Amino acid sequence: MAIETKQEDIISEFEVFDDWLDKYNYLIELSNELPILDPKFKTTDYVISGCQSKVWLKADLEEGKINFTADSDAIITKGIVSLLVRVLSGYQPKDILDADLFFIERIGLRENLSPTRSNGLLAMVKKMKLYALAYQTKLENEQA
Amino acid sequence: MEFNVDKIRKDFPILSQKVHGHPLAYFDNGATTQKPLQVTETIRRYYEEENASIHRGIHYLSEKSTETYENSRETVRKFLNARSTNEIIFTSGTTGSINTIAFSFGEKYVSSGDEVIVSEMEHHANIVPWQMMCERKGAKLRVIPFNEKGELIMEEYGKLLSDKTKIVAINHVSNTLGTINPVKEIISLAHARNIPVLVDGAQAVQHGKIDVQDLDADFYAFSGHKVYAPNGIGILYGKEELLYDLPPYQGGGDMVDCVSFEKTTYNELPFKFEAGTMNYIGAAGLASALDYISGVGLDNIRDYEHSLLEYATTKLMAIDGLEIYGRSPEKISIISFLLDNIHPYDAGMVLDKLGIAVRTGTHCNQPVMDHFKITGTLRASLVFYNTKDEIDRLYDGILRVIKMFG
Repeated sequence: MAIETKQEDIISEFEVFDDWLDKYNYLIELSNELPILDPKFKTTDYVISGCQSKVWLKADLEEGKINFTADSDAIITKGIVSLLVRVLSGYQPKDILDADLFFIERIGLRENLSPTRSNGLLAMVKKMKLYALAYQTKLENEQA
Repeated sequence: MEFNVDKIRKDFPILSQKVHGHPLAYFDNGATTQKPLQVTETIRRYYEEENASIHRGIHYLSEKSTETYENSRETVRKFLNARSTNEIIFTSGTTGSINTIAFSFGEKYVSSGDEVIVSEMEHHANIVPWQMMCERKGAKLRVIPFNEKGELIMEEYGKLLSDKTKIVAINHVSNTLGTINPVKEIISLAHARNIPVLVDGAQAVQHGKIDVQDLDADFYAFSGHKVYAPNGIGILYGKEELLYDLPPYQGGGDMVDCVSFEKTTYNELPFKFEAGTMNYIGAAGLASALDYISGVGLDNIRDYEHSLLEYATTKLMAIDGLEIYGRSPEKISIISFLLDNIHPYDAGMVLDKLGIAVRTGTHCNQPVMDHFKITGTLRASLVFYNTKDEIDRLYDGILRVIKMFG
């Protein structure tokens, strides 16, 4: 499934909610489904610190594809983290680098990725792309 | 004068809007206050009828504008009960005021081995400028600790004062804990050793009468935007004899007397500390805001806000798992709290969707968070346009949050 299709799926999932609190309740539900990041990785090496909430992110390359695992200390942030992981995990570095993340805006959570919100999410997206770039470079070097 | 909150609220049109389908309950007043019509009208009229750069203009509007600016200074002088308008410096805000003194005082009086005393509950704006000065001068920052209620431990303060102490910088009211600090006592202890004191009044001036002569403060700083005035204007009060001896902070126009490449001489007080084109429209807005709250009555404001604080504290304390940080009996209407196991960011996001504006995070107060070993709090800061009805909505909102996350 393409990254775009996954995003469209999420957008339809969120279309059923016309109340904000229902949307948040769904994010709380999603936060429970996030693959748990082994607590031993919840260290300064993996943390993305916002002023409001913290996010931990780990990226592993398996058979040419990146698997992300992540966590957050705030539940709504964690719900959004789980969406980002769902959308970008399991793809080749190149696909991740090229991905345009349009779903966040379409489901009305754009404010959560604003630079002033400082909850770690915007930095997390940047970091996911950086991991992709690093692995891409690594793969190219190996092929060379 | 009778205090009527419904009448007051009519002066603040922003409060009557709906947010996410709910009436707005604005509890983020510690960060910034809303502006009454009287202030926005002053600004509008200024732009439409008077706008011209102040000082040295020979034309009609410039003179008029200068006169308004200097009248604003007189309004501030009266508000603080300063002796002279030479003691009232317009700045960009509390941060600008503190940086001015940290720099100028540091240049003149601080050298290697000296000490500066602040407290553990200072806003970052009353820590970092002193830290920067200490680094430049090889001086050391000493910190007055606070107890579990959020009160300064005065015995420790007494122990920190020494011959090495060059200045004490202390907040009048804590922006996170709400504690009203015993600044008069802090000042008199410092003065017994001839040490001057700067008071950060950013969270104090909007809640009750301030008299700099009665406090005997050497420097007193506050921001316009936290006292119903526009952004970008603030005040530095300083005793004339102290300001007179300090070197200027920033160089530029207006702060000079004569400029040549060989030697520049500086203007007199208060202009020596006002470099560049000052925010004269902000100054007029500030004077208008101070007139407004003086009209409402600072005692009325203090009493009404205290009743809100008591009502909210009793109501919120009854919630199982809610803990309030800052429990001094000497407190203004700021309530910082946490809900058992619920991240403040989650709680704040849900309250927002219910139309309730609170602040979450560290409130530029990381040392306070470290003290309690927490990463942040929710903060409701109440002022005289808030109502008990809004507090009831906050209470209901918190119950909703607990139901969602608890």
